[in-house]
Amino acid sequence: MIKIENLSKSYGEKVIFKDLSMSLENGEILAVLGPSGIGKTTFIKTLTGLEEAQSGTVNLDGKELQVGDSELTAKIGLIFQDFNLFPHLTVKKNITLAPVLTKTMSEEEAAAKADSLLEKLGLSEQADLYPYQLSGGQKQRVGIARALAMNPQVIAYDEPTSGLDEKATKQVADVMLALKEEGVAQLVVTHDLPFAKDVADQTFDFEKEVKRS
Amino acid sequence: MANLMSFLPGVLAGLKMTLGVFFITIIGSVPLGILASLGMKSPYFTIRWLVNGYIWIMRGTPLLLQLIFIYYGLATVGLPFDRFEAAAFAFIINYAAYLAEIFRGGLQAVPQGQFDAAKVLGLSKTQTFFKVVLPQVIKIVVPSFGNEVVNLVKDTSLIYVIGLGDILRAGSIAASREVTLLPYLLVGVIYLLMTAIVTLILRASEKRLNVWR
Repeated sequence: MIKIENLSKSYGEKVIFKDLSMSLENGEILAVLGPSGIGKTTFIKTLTGLEEAQSGTVNLDGKELQVGDSELTAKIGLIFQDFNLFPHLTVKKNITLAPVLTKTMSEEEAAAKADSLLEKLGLSEQADLYPYQLSGGQKQRVGIARALAMNPQVIAYDEPTSGLDEKATKQVADVMLALKEEGVAQLVVTHDLPFAKDVADQTFDFEKEVKRS
Repeated sequence: MANLMSFLPGVLAGLKMTLGVFFITIIGSVPLGILASLGMKSPYFTIRWLVNGYIWIMRGTPLLLQLIFIYYGLATVGLPFDRFEAAAFAFIINYAAYLAEIFRGGLQAVPQGQFDAAKVLGLSKTQTFFKVVLPQVIKIVVPSFGNEVVNLVKDTSLIYVIGLGDILRAGSIAASREVTLLPYLLVGVIYLLMTAIVTLILRASEKRLNVWR
């Protein structure tokens, strides 16, 4: 399980959120909801170490880690709103790059892992294509595969369906539900209420539940 | 055509010098230019200030003047260079300044999301630069880089000012000796051939880089 405690973020005087706490079990999906511009993306970037936190700890299956600690960031996979796939690499290379460079896996292991992830996400035929040749939904699934290749304990999604049509959204939801079955903890920031309703076990209202002073 | 053989060897010897300056400048100025472009983005004010000052001087004065200063000027203060070293040094630091500006533009064109994606996947800064950022920068800068390389082919003729015998100088000597414009014609054709080769190589690399977008 993942337990976020007292996460705070401010830019100078401006407090984005303060003493934010939430927890979710493995195999659970928590949707963080709220209108745009309220700090949901900042929250997820702070949690994954892309933005510096003023305070905050995360308890991962009983192990307490500081937010921003590389040991923690390595265990949280992040899926971006605009995918951020590496345009110069094929789908498969996008997935194997990090496991090989960080020496988490050998090239053969990473390639085998990528093949199995691609098959699971229905992308085997796209393995040798470049990101520009994919549809939005395919790009987002490659993003998910890329994050999964690092064997994260938690997956965080930043508005994963914002640029996607209904069909692609459904595909992302299906992937999330499949991962849920495997016991992965998933945290999704979204303003897409029907999507949240389809996937989430619990919701967190960023507008109402967040302290800003 | 009878007198072609009388000046061809001289012109070819000049060509050797021209090519020497050309290749040494490419080899030296590309890494230095990359370093300087990173220096311009340094978090330290002093480094940014120094790099910007260097680029300002290099781009703000004629290369001809820089050649004179480096060869004759430095000798008067007890830093003698031999002629070829002086030419190589002047050309490398001059071209590195122009390339630095080009690379800086390329670096700025790589979206922040690429850096974010690399970071959450656990890539180090060096890995991010070489495996994610640089390949994208290269694709962006190839056309402007090509322009500089074509300029360099012709700029090598400036080395006559410190007494080096490049192809144009060899042609010039032959022209006065034989009282004919033919050597100049030959030199012009050789320049055209060199720029044609450079252009073809650059076109081919652009084409190769177009497999991804």
